[in-house]
Amino acid sequence: MTEAVAFLEATVRTATPLALAALGETVVERAGVINIGLEGTILAGALAGVAAAGALGVGVGFVGAATAGVLTAMVFAFFVVTLRANQIVVGTAVTLLSLGVTGLLYRGTFGSAGVALTIPTAGPVAIPLLSSLPIVGRPLFVQPITTYAVYVLVPLVAWWLYRTHAGLALRAVGENPAAATAAGISPSRVQWAAILFGGALGGLSGGALAVAQVGTFAEGMSAGRGFIAIAIVALGRWSPMGVSFAALLFGAASALQFFAQSLGLAVPYHLFLALPYVLTLLALAGAAGRIAPPAGLGRH
Amino acid sequence: MRRLRAGFPARRSLRAIGAAASVAVAAAALVTVLAAAAGHDPLRALDALWRGSLGSEYALFSGTLLRATPLILTGLAVTIAFTAGVMNIGAEGQLLAGGMAATAVGFSVGSMSAWVAVPAALIGGVAAGAAWASVPAWLRRRYGVLEVISTIMMNFVALYLVGYLVRGPLQEPTRIYPQSSPLPEAVRLPLVADTRLHIGFAIALVCALGMWWTLRMTAAGFRVRVIGANPDAARSAGLVDVRATTFRTFLVSGGLAGLAGAVEVMGVTYTLYENLSPGYGYTAIAVALVGALNPLLTAVSGVFFGALEAGASAMQRDAGIPSVLATIVEAGLILLLLAVSLVRLRLARDGARAGFLRIPGARAGVFSGDSP
Repeated sequence: MTEAVAFLEATVRTATPLALAALGETVVERAGVINIGLEGTILAGALAGVAAAGALGVGVGFVGAATAGVLTAMVFAFFVVTLRANQIVVGTAVTLLSLGVTGLLYRGTFGSAGVALTIPTAGPVAIPLLSSLPIVGRPLFVQPITTYAVYVLVPLVAWWLYRTHAGLALRAVGENPAAATAAGISPSRVQWAAILFGGALGGLSGGALAVAQVGTFAEGMSAGRGFIAIAIVALGRWSPMGVSFAALLFGAASALQFFAQSLGLAVPYHLFLALPYVLTLLALAGAAGRIAPPAGLGRH
Repeated sequence: MRRLRAGFPARRSLRAIGAAASVAVAAAALVTVLAAAAGHDPLRALDALWRGSLGSEYALFSGTLLRATPLILTGLAVTIAFTAGVMNIGAEGQLLAGGMAATAVGFSVGSMSAWVAVPAALIGGVAAGAAWASVPAWLRRRYGVLEVISTIMMNFVALYLVGYLVRGPLQEPTRIYPQSSPLPEAVRLPLVADTRLHIGFAIALVCALGMWWTLRMTAAGFRVRVIGANPDAARSAGLVDVRATTFRTFLVSGGLAGLAGAVEVMGVTYTLYENLSPGYGYTAIAVALVGALNPLLTAVSGVFFGALEAGASAMQRDAGIPSVLATIVEAGLILLLLAVSLVRLRLARDGARAGFLRIPGARAGVFSGDSP
């Protein structure tokens, strides 16, 4: 029982940064843009988060993380939206840029050994009453503040996307920019805004990882989470609710590797880790014709 | 269709040399600025960069060209894919698939003559890379799944599959390290004279020449270029089966990346492990773009990036400057080229000639989002 609770707890903890990044990417992709620079955004958020938290406190750390994320997103948006360069090429460049810049800054500031930079993590906060629920109480309601941010943001973004004029305009830009333009919407402005929002959440995702979980920075610590987030968006079929469940699934797969041994599972955990990606591929094929990505995705 | 017109050769090669020189100067400038900004002596940085890349015979053969080999092959994989409008960012996974297959085949043919074993393992690598690419290629053809997303998935699956293999079926016999046993001598690629360079470099050059010839001189190559330049025109003119050509090009792209993985395993590491590729599949995008999606220039560009990475290692070793600086230079070059070519494209939009890096793209131009 305690094993199961611990496993669920790890699942939610691992899923939190993934969900934050994927939620932002959902909005970006709904506006017709794939930002594979997200990996770099998360990394920048992680370093800025740790640096700001170390100097000014944990709360400022999250602000710093989001700010750094927005900065990387600005580079992406300038090239993709303003100059209309190819999204994939720019995304790759932004990720490489962030890998390099964070590596250089980290080593330049904290030395190649990099031991100097540990901060107290933003620990779990128990929600009164809810946290004492059986089984799900601890996993869902004794988590760092970033997890609660996900709980708030998912319905908020869903409401905004489906129930407001601005959300409709954003989806229109993603489906058919020409029609959106005819309706008096500026696709460029909408995409700029969406990318910046995605950058803020991507940066926050890095902050959640570094400040709320690990308590330090390591080069390349995003470890592919930006790409995983893009998988999560596809598996979650471009809806905030779907994305949050998909994030849990990916979280569970990677949480399993820490529990595979203690649960006595004989199956190699690397195959478990691959499973969500295979599932996403199947879902993409299965959803074809019914629930498709935004029609203008990657085309703008 | 403007792009398909051959230019006057001498002028084009002059332009190519000019572009190459500007790229090299831009890279040196970036290194200088970044080293200075990070508080290091830029002259020492440049000196170490030079000595580690081109400054000696050892650096050239055992550093630059060795490093360039997988970059040329994956760069060619990206070049042919982007030329056909296929956004294959799965070269990394296809490379790993090639490495896995070459290792598996290598152990089973290791007792045979090298004349059989080496080609068998290489072919295994190519086939595995193509097979790995066939999944996203088929998903795109059958269901219209965006290859950007599906190739990312396949990259992760490949990485975890390697992780499983080197802790399971292919693990070395002591079962301590997550890697395979060293490959038998018979499947190792012959080395060039007294260097660490293996004949994989020559294979990469042959591939570049072959691709250049195929794209320029054959009907199949014309079809690849035309579906990238304007798929709608190709379709409505009844010229080309766009879907079939796209599919086949995707497989060729995967095969080349698979070959890169096979060559790395058989010529450099001699074992399979998870970090076989330090991101060759992603650097390949920079290699292909700096090579202007021309196979011959991609080979030159691969050597250039090989020099940059070999030089960056030397910079870290000799001058204490973090080698990640090379990554910033790579990103900077991509963004610089994008900016320059897009500005040129704007200027030339009403004129007769598109910018020097105009790349055809089926669904989205690689450089320009505007439809061709």
